[in-house]
Amino acid sequence: MNHKASPLNRKFWTPGVFVMLVFMIAGFVSIIARFTGGIGYVSNLSTARPWGLWVGVDVATGVALAAGGFTTAALAHIFGCHSYEPIIRPALLTAMLGYTFVVLGLMVDIGRSWAIWKPIFFWNTNSVLFEVAMCVMIYLHVLYFEFIPIVAEQFKNKVRLPGPLALLNAPIDLFLKIADAVAGKIMWILIILGVVLSCMHQSSLGSLMLVAPTKIHPLWYTPILPLLFLTSAFAVGYPMVVFETTLVTSSFKLNSEMSILTPLTRITTFVLGLYMLLKLGDMFIRGTYVYLLDGTYQTNSFIIEMMFGIIVPWLMLVSKKVRQSRKGVFIAATMIVFGVALNRINVFIVGYTSPVSESGYFPSVGEIFVTLGLIATLMFVYRFVVTFLPVLQAPKEVSS
Amino acid sequence: MQLTRRNFFKFMGATGASVAVLPSSAQAWQSKAPPDPYGCLVDLTRCNGCRKCEDACSTVNELPPPIKDVCDCTVFEKKRRPDENAFTVVNRYFSGKLDELDKPLPVFVKIQCMHCQDPACVSACIVGALTKKENGAVHYDVSKCIGCRYCMVACPFEIPAYEYHDPITPRVRKCTFCFDRISKDGGLPGCATICPVEAITFGKRNTLLELAKKRIKDNPGKYVDHVYGEKEVGGTSWLYVSSLPFSKLNFPQLPEKPSPKLSETIQHSLFSYLWSPILLFGLLGGIMYKSKKKNDNPQDKGGA
Repeated sequence: MNHKASPLNRKFWTPGVFVMLVFMIAGFVSIIARFTGGIGYVSNLSTARPWGLWVGVDVATGVALAAGGFTTAALAHIFGCHSYEPIIRPALLTAMLGYTFVVLGLMVDIGRSWAIWKPIFFWNTNSVLFEVAMCVMIYLHVLYFEFIPIVAEQFKNKVRLPGPLALLNAPIDLFLKIADAVAGKIMWILIILGVVLSCMHQSSLGSLMLVAPTKIHPLWYTPILPLLFLTSAFAVGYPMVVFETTLVTSSFKLNSEMSILTPLTRITTFVLGLYMLLKLGDMFIRGTYVYLLDGTYQTNSFIIEMMFGIIVPWLMLVSKKVRQSRKGVFIAATMIVFGVALNRINVFIVGYTSPVSESGYFPSVGEIFVTLGLIATLMFVYRFVVTFLPVLQAPKEVSS
Repeated sequence: MQLTRRNFFKFMGATGASVAVLPSSAQAWQSKAPPDPYGCLVDLTRCNGCRKCEDACSTVNELPPPIKDVCDCTVFEKKRRPDENAFTVVNRYFSGKLDELDKPLPVFVKIQCMHCQDPACVSACIVGALTKKENGAVHYDVSKCIGCRYCMVACPFEIPAYEYHDPITPRVRKCTFCFDRISKDGGLPGCATICPVEAITFGKRNTLLELAKKRIKDNPGKYVDHVYGEKEVGGTSWLYVSSLPFSKLNFPQLPEKPSPKLSETIQHSLFSYLWSPILLFGLLGGIMYKSKKKNDNPQDKGGA
């Protein structure tokens, strides 16, 4: 097995990057408005609707779609399937950036962003959100630690700062060496810890809404919501890797990595199948199928989630022919990613009804700009990192 | 990866030992409701919609004065909700009955925080800024608040409001049950002191419950046989009796189970003393050790 990650060293400023830049500026302007006029100035949030797009997408969906990080780490490092190693670094980078932007999104959403450190000192162990926050906070640091060797690989003994900053070369180099050595020593703890923390907060994100039994539509409100969130995080981990790898390899014209993606999606058929059984079983045991034909937008959103996010892609992936086709795998993976994203949006936004006021909610332009801006910035940073750090596999014609 | 047998057992031994010293049974969920809290009984058959309680509330809590009602009852044309500038509001409903002058008989409903016995907001609050006090008040401590608004998501009565237009230091705003006033001997909430028709009775919740049931029993036909707040979401400090069914007065119909019960049961049975994460850590560590031994790969250096 010969795999070696390397910086892409491609031209950074492409037309696509400028498009990202436009979204980033729009998002930045909205964030400025949020921090001068208040949340109410840019968003449609209200007493009846305290959580909207930012929590539903930036936070809940962001965390779910960053699941590729811990699922691939578990596969390659804990279960010892080393053939999957080429996808670990990109998945780790996605998780690291994903969680960073979850926290940035939270900073915009919470009213007192400057007080975000307070849960470290003021504990409420009854609060599901407290547990989620602690796990996300620790996990984010675990991810940064796990990334140190990648930075060290590129810059150890090669720190060359320009001009007067050159004075700092030696100390930075020493710091890198120490950090790399420490990270290497405790890497096994970090990897297991990352998986444990992920299992904890991925499931607990589902418990968040259990405290509001009268507000969440019965199609989603179930005591096994944390289990569903956990299995769907497992299920979306590899499809997210497929989705991202395919986009990145086509965008940068790299090897398609199909030799890895095909077996990876085979695992997904099992996990997604389990998730599907749990969802369907839950619906039949609680008898919530009675809502299915009532034609409300909530029910329709549930049907779309089930059909196009779970059942159809599962049927596709069961077929070996689809799993071996680059296009087939990509389409199925995209549908699963869509399905899990829609599930989070359904639980946090669509399935939420306020008990007294009519609260038809649709995100404002400002909210959408913030969310798009954060996503664009994430992609921008991703591109920057893979351009200059050894994350992706070098293209075949170079490496062989 | 520096996972050696010795390191692994050293680490697991340390964590295992720290768990062993703790008592290890996750207890069944128990209500944390105070045994003898204060409460208020609101008798909707008495309220005449004068809105003096709104005035008193604004004065006591230093809020902007409530909307002035110069002409006749236009303020009642729209159903209002408590917000960041008004902790209590009175709305008007019509019973469908007519008075002597053939005018429709109104029913006025004062709304404010219900001060639940097992409040969802208190359970939800990430930092414990919201607490249920022994005297019954659900109390908000702004110095801990981070503004996540999970309390608002959790509240089954849609009560906590937010200063959405304050960019840096917004607060959650809701009825305080005049915590400072009722903490003193003989102290009453602002609204209860001013009510000219004694529609609001302040007292111990248990006494008020008896009083409510006595009123219903002594006046057959006057009240519906339901004390709202006796059992809703495990009981609330504020109680209501009414001549009209509560569902017609925009009161949410709620289960008797306290809202936090399910989520707290799940959280504590899974995460008491972190037993499940520690177990999972051990399990994964074991698998990792085995798989590493099996295909000891010289390429397998740290660094993801």
